[in-house]
Amino acid sequence: MTSEYRFTHKHVLGLADFSVEDIQAVLQTAESFKEISSRAIKKVPTLRGKTIINFFFEPSTRTRLSFEVAAKRMSADTFNISNSGSSTVKGETLIDTARNLAAMNPDCIILRHPRSGSARLLADHINASVINAGDGTHEHPSQGLLDLMTVREAKGGIAGLKIAIIGDIAHSRVAHSNIIGFSKMGASVTVSGPATLIPPGIEELGARVSRSVMEAVDGADVIMALRIQKERQQDPLFPSLREYAKFFGVSQKVADAASPEAIIMHPGPINRGVELDPKLADGSRSVILEQVTNGVAVRMALLYLIMGGD
Amino acid sequence: MPGLIFLKNGRVIDPANGIDQIQDVLIVDGRISAVVKPGTLPEQTGGLVFDLTGKWVVPGLIDMHVHLREPGQEYKETIETGTRAAAAGGFTAVAAMPNTKPVNDNQAVTVFILAKAAEAGFARVYPVGAISSGSNGEHLAEFGELRQAGAVAVTDDGLPVGNSQLMRRALEYASNHDLLVISHAEEMTLSHSGAMNDGALATRLGLRGIPHVAEEIMVYRDLALADFTGRPIHIAHVSTRESLSLIRRAKEKGVAVTAETAPHYFTLTEKAVDGYNTLAKMNPPLRTEADVAAVREALRDGTLDAIATDHAPHGELDKDMEFDQAANGIIGLETAVPLTLRLVRENQLDARRMVELLSVNPARILGVVGGTLSVGAPADITVIDPEKKFVFSEESIQSKSRNSPFLGWELQGKAVLTILAGRITWGQDSFSS
Repeated sequence: MTSEYRFTHKHVLGLADFSVEDIQAVLQTAESFKEISSRAIKKVPTLRGKTIINFFFEPSTRTRLSFEVAAKRMSADTFNISNSGSSTVKGETLIDTARNLAAMNPDCIILRHPRSGSARLLADHINASVINAGDGTHEHPSQGLLDLMTVREAKGGIAGLKIAIIGDIAHSRVAHSNIIGFSKMGASVTVSGPATLIPPGIEELGARVSRSVMEAVDGADVIMALRIQKERQQDPLFPSLREYAKFFGVSQKVADAASPEAIIMHPGPINRGVELDPKLADGSRSVILEQVTNGVAVRMALLYLIMGGD
Repeated sequence: MPGLIFLKNGRVIDPANGIDQIQDVLIVDGRISAVVKPGTLPEQTGGLVFDLTGKWVVPGLIDMHVHLREPGQEYKETIETGTRAAAAGGFTAVAAMPNTKPVNDNQAVTVFILAKAAEAGFARVYPVGAISSGSNGEHLAEFGELRQAGAVAVTDDGLPVGNSQLMRRALEYASNHDLLVISHAEEMTLSHSGAMNDGALATRLGLRGIPHVAEEIMVYRDLALADFTGRPIHIAHVSTRESLSLIRRAKEKGVAVTAETAPHYFTLTEKAVDGYNTLAKMNPPLRTEADVAAVREALRDGTLDAIATDHAPHGELDKDMEFDQAANGIIGLETAVPLTLRLVRENQLDARRMVELLSVNPARILGVVGGTLSVGAPADITVIDPEKKFVFSEESIQSKSRNSPFLGWELQGKAVLTILAGRITWGQDSFSS
């Protein structure tokens, strides 16, 4: 990173908008903030007086809580709105609701929404910063960043690593942000899963596609299993969870084909025994809980960089 | 003398009569009275005289695919505003699709549309009836009464006829009533809830794709049914390369098929939707460079017979929202001429072919008046200034809606005078007469 570098983004809408320097800045900031969460007094005054709204249109435990914990550790004031409690159920449009929230002068709105492009739409219509906490099947940039941080910690770097992402690539915003992020940082990414769940043109985001899970994980440094989103499967995408687990689940045999030091990741929540063998999820190579810990640090870094960084 | 208009020194392009030369055109009492060499006729007095040096005089343009939204969605467009937009774009006639609220599946709606059109007086409106009652794909609409009331064609446009047997029966039964059957070709189980063309861009944007085969499978089915029944079919808004190959092959085989495309399919690719631009969202979706090239080729070689705008007005209410929730369609009446002229300037089409695509062929396909400047024909005439440059701006739009991906484009060439049955419907202000 050159000395003139400055993080200038007002919004965090997707890793597609981030340069390598931007990603490095977030990761370095997150690494320096991580220690705060292990103090006895887990709070710094950095964002005192800032107002942050968590605006969640989809159920979320981990991401919403992670953002809230991150904001509170930075001393910001946080407010949570979920779909069931919002006026959108009374027919108000996303834009109108957002304008009303904006009229209360928040500094940042964190949006989780089922429609791709919704975070961008929000950013186009209000003055506050917007952080995309997952929009449809588009991106989930803070998840991508926390995965990058976790791999960098475990492996000492990212460039040159082999990353295998296994499962529902088509409906996974996590996969999209990870493919973009890891390939930007110089890793090679291979995806595999049922061909029905590999979207057209995924290569253009930076991934190689393998029809065989065993081939995809061959020599991999990182295996990431993705959640099968049962609620999204209206299409005839695969015959049964049983068959999915047998042919596309990350099992001990699959893990054995990877590098002996390979780490196991999953963005959660896990369907145990479907996309990931429970023994691997809980085993010594799993960094799944480290991902959650790093999630708080990455979100602290993002909030700091867009609101407090000068 | 009342009812007299004299159009001097224009380039008359009248493919029906094999004319492309500088001529004077005299209109008397709503009909074309003479088309002759300049200087042949004595100076006219008492009527309107226009010196059209440098301009084209062509048979009135006919848009065989528009959505006028009335009855039911008057906040988007009315028959009056839609036909005024037509006149402003150089059109003297439009075919109005039946997906109004209620659907034009019966004579009462057809009669209403015609009455409103007559009241407005900006363009001939040819109602298109529904194939099925309510366009719900179950039972045939009353074709006989629709025809008697003034419908010229039937379609469930906006939706495909999913049931192949119903489409077959529609083709057969339409022959009793001399109605053209128009196909909105879309295999819904493939396009279902898609928001844009399927492919890498859809993947990057996280939007569900509509694969090109969703169109092609249905184009093939309808060509097969037309062949099987021996009845003519017209394929609406063709957007893909392979659809065009199928139509080309069917024509070679002798199937009575005609087809149209819209200016956006030869002007824009799917890239126009990047950034979640809902103004470029439509169905069928914008496709790829290869498809655009194929559409242009098909306009030249006759695989496509007509350019129709699929004018689809929507309010901000319908467009300013999450991309996959936004309405499909764009307004097109006021940009069709300049966008087609781009092809002429790029030598992709000649002027005569442009007039065939926008006037001669639509008249023939629909079986309606127009498409000619023959002496004695109704004086439906469009005057085009092929050089006039302008920026397409919201303020200039005559349609009630503003949903166009061409806003802000610098365009060249437009209709400067539109004459319907000898009456000027647009553009007189721009001339001193």
